[in-house]
Amino acid sequence: MSTAATHVATHAHVEHEEETGLWSWITTVDHKRIGKLYLISSLLFFALGGLEALMIRMQLFRPENNFISAQFYNEMFTMHATTMVFLAIMPMSAAFFNFLIPLQIGARDVAFPRMNALSFWLFLFGGLFINASFLFHAAPDGGWFGYANLTGSKYSPGHSIDFWMLGLAILGNSSMMAGFNFITTILNLRAPGMTLFRMPIFTWMSFVVQFLVVMSFPMITVGLILLIFDRNYGTNFYFPPNGGDPLLWQHLFWLFGHPEVYILILPAMGIVSEVLPVFARKPLFGAPFVIFSGIMIGFVGFGVWSHHMFTVGLGPVADSAFSTTTMLIAVPTAVKIFNWIFTMWGGKISFKTPNLFAITFVFLFTIGGLSGVMHASPPIDLQQQDSYFIVAHFHYVLVGGALMGLFSGIYFYWPKMFGRMLNERLGQISWALFFIGINVTFFPMHFLGAMGMIRRSWQYPAGAGLDMYNQMATVGSLFIFFAVLVSFINFARGLMGHGELAGDDPWDAATLEWSIPSPPPHYNFAKLPTVHSDRPFWDEKHEGGPAVSQAKIAGPGPHHVAMPPSSYWPILVAVFQGLVFVAFMPGSGSGAFNYDAFLKQVMIQGPVALAMLFCILAWVREDDTPR
Amino acid sequence: MTSHAVPAGAHADAGHEEFDEHAWTSLGLDHMKLAFWTFLGSDCFFFGSLIGTYMSYRGQSLVGPYPRDVFSVEVTSISTFVLLMSSLTMALAVLYAKTNRRSGTISMLLVTAVLGASFVGFQMYEFAHFYHEGLTLQGNLFGSTFYVLTGFHGTHVAIGVLWLLIQTLFYGKRWIRGDEGNAVEVAGLYWHFVDIVWIVIFTFVYLMEYVE
Repeated sequence: MSTAATHVATHAHVEHEEETGLWSWITTVDHKRIGKLYLISSLLFFALGGLEALMIRMQLFRPENNFISAQFYNEMFTMHATTMVFLAIMPMSAAFFNFLIPLQIGARDVAFPRMNALSFWLFLFGGLFINASFLFHAAPDGGWFGYANLTGSKYSPGHSIDFWMLGLAILGNSSMMAGFNFITTILNLRAPGMTLFRMPIFTWMSFVVQFLVVMSFPMITVGLILLIFDRNYGTNFYFPPNGGDPLLWQHLFWLFGHPEVYILILPAMGIVSEVLPVFARKPLFGAPFVIFSGIMIGFVGFGVWSHHMFTVGLGPVADSAFSTTTMLIAVPTAVKIFNWIFTMWGGKISFKTPNLFAITFVFLFTIGGLSGVMHASPPIDLQQQDSYFIVAHFHYVLVGGALMGLFSGIYFYWPKMFGRMLNERLGQISWALFFIGINVTFFPMHFLGAMGMIRRSWQYPAGAGLDMYNQMATVGSLFIFFAVLVSFINFARGLMGHGELAGDDPWDAATLEWSIPSPPPHYNFAKLPTVHSDRPFWDEKHEGGPAVSQAKIAGPGPHHVAMPPSSYWPILVAVFQGLVFVAFMPGSGSGAFNYDAFLKQVMIQGPVALAMLFCILAWVREDDTPR
Repeated sequence: MTSHAVPAGAHADAGHEEFDEHAWTSLGLDHMKLAFWTFLGSDCFFFGSLIGTYMSYRGQSLVGPYPRDVFSVEVTSISTFVLLMSSLTMALAVLYAKTNRRSGTISMLLVTAVLGASFVGFQMYEFAHFYHEGLTLQGNLFGSTFYVLTGFHGTHVAIGVLWLLIQTLFYGKRWIRGDEGNAVEVAGLYWHFVDIVWIVIFTFVYLMEYVE
């Protein structure tokens, strides 16, 4: 056996003890640890965003309520949306990109491990920076879309919008760097034999998402830069008296904002495409169609942005064009839904927690998708714009869709991440509470919207017939609260070491990540497998296919595989890069060029930028040879 | 270094046993080069948005000065020529680095940096001149869009100059890890990209003012 010779050579080395302690996490470049960091921090931000949602629902429990002030209400809906989109769903997806992609394609790490750490730290600082606004009583209150010129210095003179726009700029940097990293990883680090169409569907959907990220974030960056210039230096981009046009912001924002919708949903679609086949004991029905549908969603996703702007009056030609593309994008989405249904059709389905969440995704996402197609028609959209009907629609897609998909992923991949099973009963209770809560909260919002209740309104009048549905929604939100609580208890128990040992392959799954130990050793694969099909591990176990599992090709440990050393430069670069953005604060909000403020900004930015340059050079000089 | 040398032919897929895992890439392309191409694709959308903003506000200024009042297409043509020539010297630097002609690489990198720096100098002169003519960042839409668009391009060039100078130092001291030719080529990709963006800006912002 060739592996015997390998063992003689490798046993001579002492296996790297995996380091523990705070410092090892701060300096880690291991994609699995970074994935866990993303997961934990996104769950904490998710809890924060959830509490903000509860404040909104408490305020709306009764008509003409005064539970919170109008100003605080504005802050709550702005921060709820910003947190959920940028600090919860996106990084939760990033947790899976990080943890799973290298394992699914048979790689030891991502292409740029240190840059991966930099992405995480930038995300964390960006998130903390936006939320630090609460400490200064300047929480963002202009909505997550930050429409100009409400966000201009005239109508938002304080620092609240600064926290929002600078924080978003930092987060955008983080996402774009992750995008370059994962595109390179997926194209370049596939194990021998892992052709593009043998890649697991989750990796495929993530691949599409990375392209959406690197193409759409530059546009919001430009939008934010123009906003920074308007607010700090008195330019006229969004300032109508001097000829500027607030529509420019809307275009730049939604050119980013609509691809962003698919950035949020495609990873969850990828997870569901992994989970459903495993629990139906069947391969994914029409896998190439799922892949090509994902690609088509990515393409068409760039051509539908103006359906967010039907009411601004772009004219019949533009409205018709965007109406058509919006209806068109429903086609690949529907193709996927049929693929998932046919995957389950005739399968031996077992209703474990991950599968419950995955099936819920398909069901609730379909409802959200159907109400979404309604908005594609401009005359109907004119009625629904800014009403609770829209709120109902995108919460079905983002909570019923993206969040359920991600929770399915957490329950499915937790054993691989931490080596222990989550409690099945707690998982099912959490799922049941979620299912009831989501429908009781968001379904009545369709009626509220149809009855004319306006989004983002702090109060609604008594006697308008809106009371009952609002009360239902508030009660439903409590169900969601307890659903999250039960799952968090489950996760906390898991982290504290409860639960039975998972073993390598607790679900009898098909892809490479299940062919290695749980949790995986820090080098992932002692010996890189050679892949011969799109379900390599399944074929080894059930079809007599060639061996891919480590137990067969590399034998039991210990092994020594050279891995990149940890580094503290990523976190330092992240700190200084974040500060370069933060330094725009002093002069902001004045709406005119202020020499003193500008001097202050440059006095901070100069040294900080030099420090960042120093760290980058030290990074380049650092010896990162795997050892 | 392969950490698991095995006798050739000892295994069914011996072909795969031989490869160097740390040098292995599925496409056979260098990681850095591939990642940098994705960055350049991304940066296209950045400049695309800025140029789109300029074009959608073109001719929308309510008060002067207007482009024809301040532009001196002769001066800008000279600076454009300087930048284009820097692409030639950059290409030579990449060629020399790939063929390991060290002194040629160093001198071409430095010439490129000097040419880039003089382009930035031209732009600073131009900005100062325009400001003197009354074109401010705040005064009208033309000022806002012009300064921000060309300013961000100039920042890209300035970062490129800094990069080239640092790379010259690293190259001279043999501090570059991995393939030196690749490292110079990646800097070259950036440089040519910034140059191409300028050709687009020069055409849409300057030359179009003289087509009527």
